[in-house]
Amino acid sequence: MRNLLDTKSLSRDEALRILDVAEDMAATQQREVRKLPTLRGKTVVNLFFEDSTRTRISFEAAAKRLSADVINFSAKGSSVSKGESLQDTAQTLQAMGADAVVIRHGASGAPQTLATSGWISAGVVNAGDGTHAHPTQALLDAFTIRKRFFGDDSRGRDLAGLRVTIVGDVLHSRVARSNVWLLTTLGAHVTLVAPPTLVPQDVTAWPVQIRYDLDEAIAAEPDALMMLRIQLERMNAAYFPTEREYSRRWGLDAARSAALPADSIVLHPGPMNRGLEISSEAADSPRSTVLEQVANGVSVRMAVLYLLLAGERNESEEDAR
Amino acid sequence: MSTRTVLHEADIARALTRISHEILESNRGTEELVVLGIPTRGVPLAQRIGASLAEISGSAVPVGALDVTMYRDDLHRNPTRSPQPTEIPAGGVDGRVVVLVDDVLFSGRSIRAALDALQDIGRPAAVRLATLVDRGHRELPIRPDFVGKNLPSARDERVNVRLHEIDGVDEVTIGS
Repeated sequence: MRNLLDTKSLSRDEALRILDVAEDMAATQQREVRKLPTLRGKTVVNLFFEDSTRTRISFEAAAKRLSADVINFSAKGSSVSKGESLQDTAQTLQAMGADAVVIRHGASGAPQTLATSGWISAGVVNAGDGTHAHPTQALLDAFTIRKRFFGDDSRGRDLAGLRVTIVGDVLHSRVARSNVWLLTTLGAHVTLVAPPTLVPQDVTAWPVQIRYDLDEAIAAEPDALMMLRIQLERMNAAYFPTEREYSRRWGLDAARSAALPADSIVLHPGPMNRGLEISSEAADSPRSTVLEQVANGVSVRMAVLYLLLAGERNESEEDAR
Repeated sequence: MSTRTVLHEADIARALTRISHEILESNRGTEELVVLGIPTRGVPLAQRIGASLAEISGSAVPVGALDVTMYRDDLHRNPTRSPQPTEIPAGGVDGRVVVLVDDVLFSGRSIRAALDALQDIGRPAAVRLATLVDRGHRELPIRPDFVGKNLPSARDERVNVRLHEIDGVDEVTIGS
């Protein structure tokens, strides 16, 4: 694997390989000494043009547990705020000898540009770009679902036949997009539930079912319910009348959580707006996987960095993605 | 290209039984023993040795697997390898005598990686090495304690161990 830019171009076998390696990584995190020497001498740069705490520290923890050196670069207070272009920033990192660049950028496609421009030879991992993709989040969600349903028997299995319902601001959500492609590739049936104003226009081309009513979606007995964060910072138009109305119609309150089938799980990518898209009762219930997702995130990112950096650098150029 | 079989099914069984006896003799009993196979083919060999130890001594011996992939020093020279599961028996390795089991001992680099991996899991009282085939050409100061067969080989020859559990047949072949 040379880059990880999205989940749409990931084949079933490639996705399963990442998830299976993540199983091994998770196993090493149960030990007394959790650090592996695998990526000693490699440098991973976290290049964050958008604010993010969880994703950045998750990547940082993953890289450090594999013994890589980590350089954190955030746009605030850097030369980017003085107007440096992506190209100049990238070439600076190249000159410093970065082996992998983990990039988050507000513009959809920025990681793609970085990976294909020829500015750098480092592998590129997309940590979220605009409203386009957030592949490691989707991978850790799939890992969490697989682990909850198959436990120790997870290795090598896909999600065939599981019904996953994604609820909320699909329009602005790269998490939803990456999950739609990955979960479908792994054989799950994906349903989207959102206010009509927050459904993307091109959604007819997606392999999903669309619903507008959360209660109907819950009555359809999903195996996993993924609540998306309402991205208040992107709510620059009147997508719904009030937060209270949104919460009443599309929020997972205690009653809706109780109406879910007994073994259904609830995912949330975090950070949660408690009381808006998810109630505290639902977030803290045994069916909630929020904290498992955080722990699994480190294992999945370790797997991605391992597959990106551990092998020969020039292997299989043809699968450049 | 010529390939010849150097160990047949009965030879392998005999070699493993002899290794089991030697382990018991050098260790005076089984109480402290933990047998760890190095994937891929060290794992079934470790299980067979564990079963044989139990049969000879009459008491069960914990058997597990120790993956060394993430400790190798040649990762960046090869296509990315997928790690294999590591399974440490419930009692752990602290204070125990760990017998590492591998199919072929060659450069010794896998064993170096195994020693590093073991160090991250615990602190055994002693570590021993059992190998079905020792083909020479060591690159590190590592030697086996228990050997099924010493097999002189040229550096570029291929030694293949095939086992029932994985390959459907028990045999060791050497070829160029």
